[in-house]
Amino acid sequence: MTNRRQVIAGSAGILFLGAAARAGGESASSPGVAGETLVALPGKKPLIKRSFRPPNFETPLSGLKGAFTANDEFFVRYHVADIPEADPRTWRLKIGGASAQRNIELSLMDLERGFERVSVPAINQCSGNRRGLFVPRAGGIQWHHGAMGNALWSGVRLRDVLNRAGIKGDALEVVFDGADRSVLPATPDFIKSLPLERALDENTLIALEMNGSALPHWNGAPARLVVPGWTATYWVKHLTEIRVEPQAFEGFWMKSAYRVPTGAFPGARFASQETPETTPITEILINSMVTSHASGARLTRGQGAELSGWAWDGGSGISTVEFSVDDGRSWRPAALGKDLGRFAWRGFRFALDTSTGGSRSIAVRATARSGARQPEQLTPNPSGYHHNIVQRLMLEVA
Amino acid sequence: MNGGGLRWLSVASAMMVLLGVGAASAGEEQVQLRDARGRDDTTAFCATCHSLDYIEMNAAVFDRAGWEKSVRKMIDKFGAPIPEEHAQVIIAYLAENY
Repeated sequence: MTNRRQVIAGSAGILFLGAAARAGGESASSPGVAGETLVALPGKKPLIKRSFRPPNFETPLSGLKGAFTANDEFFVRYHVADIPEADPRTWRLKIGGASAQRNIELSLMDLERGFERVSVPAINQCSGNRRGLFVPRAGGIQWHHGAMGNALWSGVRLRDVLNRAGIKGDALEVVFDGADRSVLPATPDFIKSLPLERALDENTLIALEMNGSALPHWNGAPARLVVPGWTATYWVKHLTEIRVEPQAFEGFWMKSAYRVPTGAFPGARFASQETPETTPITEILINSMVTSHASGARLTRGQGAELSGWAWDGGSGISTVEFSVDDGRSWRPAALGKDLGRFAWRGFRFALDTSTGGSRSIAVRATARSGARQPEQLTPNPSGYHHNIVQRLMLEVA
Repeated sequence: MNGGGLRWLSVASAMMVLLGVGAASAGEEQVQLRDARGRDDTTAFCATCHSLDYIEMNAAVFDRAGWEKSVRKMIDKFGAPIPEEHAQVIIAYLAENY
């Protein structure tokens, strides 16, 4: 138990850079974000601090430019503050539940040696990414653009592990618990469930590695769930227990949190958790962002400029990215970059005419292979999820 | 703050010590709530489970009704052991200062 506390209390080496560091050329991820503080958790580069405890840290725009987001710049998101550092030698993953044929327990070595090794490049995006930009405002962590990243996740298929335990015919949901715990016993532990069919999807992994290295502590070491295409709320970190159950899981984090109005958004249904009023958030919606420039950036007249960024969705893949320089009256196609996989983001770039000076309003919108296109208007929902409207940047040419 | 308030404050502090919680993460001591009536209650109860930057972060989001709803959620959903008289003090403090 002591090491739980030590991890929290021993987060030494925090580095305050603050706004001063920004002035040196680092651009903020969006306008009007004065007062953001950059803080380095142990093992991480300075990230935008949203809250110290539980730790919620966002990747700055500078960390989102690469095709794969670096492990030491990847965002950090926790719901509860008691976060033990796992000992890989003694760590065990329990698999059981009323709809499992037997209970099994696996060590890290069992997972590494006993199952086929697979890798999936995928976006890990918080349900509330960009909540801080929501209108009307929504309470919660006031994220801007950086509660997301793209990584190559490696590990074993969840279904292979579940099949080792055996799945009974009445199985309905699979429930996931991690080692992170709440401070007060009365506070609901962070436990999530998936519909059986998603748990058995070939892309759903128990990941041990991220971008070719062991998972960082703050991103779920030694093993975390990876659910490509679904928002990060399901990607349970520090996995300790998986249960196959014949009924819907009743915990707070399924029944009360991470829900949207039923029918408000496209994407996979989570039927066993749905009510006439609300339903769990599921798949990531079509989205894009410019990472080469922040709104407010200055361009030199006559030098030409190339804007670039990323587009992504919940797994259909990107069909087109378009940009507009006349406030959406006309759209032109951007060039698409290499296809890194349908769950990853897709690069785009386009040249901007800088032959005349003045302000330029730039809009960018992506369309998925599913046909879904980024909307102009937010879909209201109380928790501020699914912010995916067309991005607009104001650039100054002088 | 009246005597009852002080007593509860010490109960809350003792609970934090007993549970080994309220163990601030490095850096969070820099977050200080505005000095006004109710700050001690707000600090003692809220910081048991989370850093106080949650309050600053949502200052532009919540009006009085929003703060009331948030405090009720902490009590009803997250099991925060905040006696009603202190909940009232905390809600008033948050509404007036954030």
